[in-house]
Amino acid sequence: MKLLLRFDSRTVTEPVLSKTTLKTGALINILRASVGARRGEILIEVDDEKAKEVENILKEEGVEVIELLEAVQKDDEKCVHCGACVSICPTEAISFNGEKRVIVNAEKCVHCGACVKVCPTKALSLPL
Amino acid sequence: MVKTIEEINQKIREENVVVVTAAEMKEIVEELGAEKAAKEVDVVTTGTFGAMCSSGAFFNFGHSDPPIKMQRVWMNDVEAYTGIAAVDAYLGAAQLSETVEEYGGSHVIEELVKGREVELKATAYGTDCYPRKEIVTEISLEDVNQAVMLNPRNAYQRYNAATNSSDRILRTYMGTLLPNFGNVTFAGTGEISPLNNDPEYRTIGVGTRIFLCGAKGYVIGEGTQHAPPYGTLMVKGNLKEMKPEYMRAAYFPGYGATLFVGIGIPIPILDAEMARFTAVRNSEIETKIIDFGVARRDRPVVRKVTYEELISGKVEINGEEVRVSPLSSFYMAEKIMKELKRQIEGGEFLLTAPVDRIPTKEVLKPMRQREIKVVKSVMVETYTISPDTPIEEAARIMIDKGINHLPVVENDVLVGIITSWDIAKAVARTKKGVVREIMTRRVIYTHPDEPVEVAARKMEKNNISALPVVDSKKRVLGIVTSEDLSKLIAR
Repeated sequence: MKLLLRFDSRTVTEPVLSKTTLKTGALINILRASVGARRGEILIEVDDEKAKEVENILKEEGVEVIELLEAVQKDDEKCVHCGACVSICPTEAISFNGEKRVIVNAEKCVHCGACVKVCPTKALSLPL
Repeated sequence: MVKTIEEINQKIREENVVVVTAAEMKEIVEELGAEKAAKEVDVVTTGTFGAMCSSGAFFNFGHSDPPIKMQRVWMNDVEAYTGIAAVDAYLGAAQLSETVEEYGGSHVIEELVKGREVELKATAYGTDCYPRKEIVTEISLEDVNQAVMLNPRNAYQRYNAATNSSDRILRTYMGTLLPNFGNVTFAGTGEISPLNNDPEYRTIGVGTRIFLCGAKGYVIGEGTQHAPPYGTLMVKGNLKEMKPEYMRAAYFPGYGATLFVGIGIPIPILDAEMARFTAVRNSEIETKIIDFGVARRDRPVVRKVTYEELISGKVEINGEEVRVSPLSSFYMAEKIMKELKRQIEGGEFLLTAPVDRIPTKEVLKPMRQREIKVVKSVMVETYTISPDTPIEEAARIMIDKGINHLPVVENDVLVGIITSWDIAKAVARTKKGVVREIMTRRVIYTHPDEPVEVAARKMEKNNISALPVVDSKKRVLGIVTSEDLSKLIAR
């Protein structure tokens, strides 16, 4: 399960993720992080069975937690399958299928938005 | 064995013509050989679907009452060219809206093809025969007399692929190019692209009937910049008959508007030679990967590459695997080939023989320019200082010499730069010490032979006002400032 964590000016200075691991024993994989002085956003991945527990602890710590169930969204009415996004995706989550249509692998997507910015037909968007 | 186009058309009318797509034809020729394949197959359909900026449409809006001789005209605030008769205008796909971001002529064309209305606005100087001076109204494709797509350059046979050696992201007409050879983009559909299947232009010529964005269109000649084997076509078709699914307005971030145009061309298999031509493979179609990190007309060639390698999704550059994006849609190209095949098999689409050939030899000339102004002609001598110079002394040099920038040099090599602003900041923080502590280490610089426009864009992009000029060993030769450049460029 992928969880998007939003930190405010207080929580951003706390070692929240380490605390969560110590309390739950869950292994937390950080997929993407942007941490500033007053706020931060971190995308983590945890085992599905531990997800609820991790989520609760983080919420207790004052972190906003959003479950990411979907990858970047592609509007197939707009997509012409040109593949401009394919080489831009840092995690190789976007590829062509056998029919030469552009497809997104939700497992690999880290919601970085790089593809959203390059799409010439504005077919891509982040679900949040 | 020789077939004529009339014989093929007779078969189309009788609905017993044999049509295959270009993708299928490769296998057929490999299996049967060219002679036999030419007997079996009558028509091969080819297709491409790519961003083609050199596209647009002619309109005749009909006359208003009282009549107007349009001097300037806008469709949804995108300006069209009307330096022709009173209510004729050409709307270019790449022209940008004056009011809406990321919207251009291609979007107006798409809206019209989707059956929507657009706002038509025009101004004029007024004459005895055309007294009206302005008009604002709404129009749809049903309202106008003619709406003719006319594209000066489409269907590139092959195209240079793009990469980026520089250390910053580039937003180009070849899509977004990641720094340090981060990716490669290419255009064209290779072995299924129309002109690659008729490289001698035997059957594709003036008057060839084609599939253009869902309508029947025509080749009206070679396209602009036609330079075989980088051949191009000029095409036209009735916008009113086009289908939105076979075209798409696009906006390449940081570059501008363009139009995805869908083109299908039927190739009559007149003889074994045509069968051989249509058997061409991606591995035989070569192009170059060029470096957009160099902002010049003649960009350096990074390497040669085949369409087979490009389509594989990965190419090697400097020993590393680099991922590739096509910018043409192979899915759409395939769909077009199949649709054209269906139309021919159904007797709806007859072939035409070209009434004239397009050139098989042509060169692409550069622009004749008065001169190319380079940095050498505007750079001035500069003082340089060592990184161990005290900040106070650097300040004194700036005041004495009346300058705002001092390149910092160590062992004859540029290692930093300080500006009067850096010094002001240091003073404000009552910082004492040497230049090394406050200098900018990542210096943006230029070369004596760099065109002044390129140097100016570097300054604009980085929001700086001067560039040290260095030689190939990074020794400082002088400096150019934005004031010097702007005087020159504005002139």
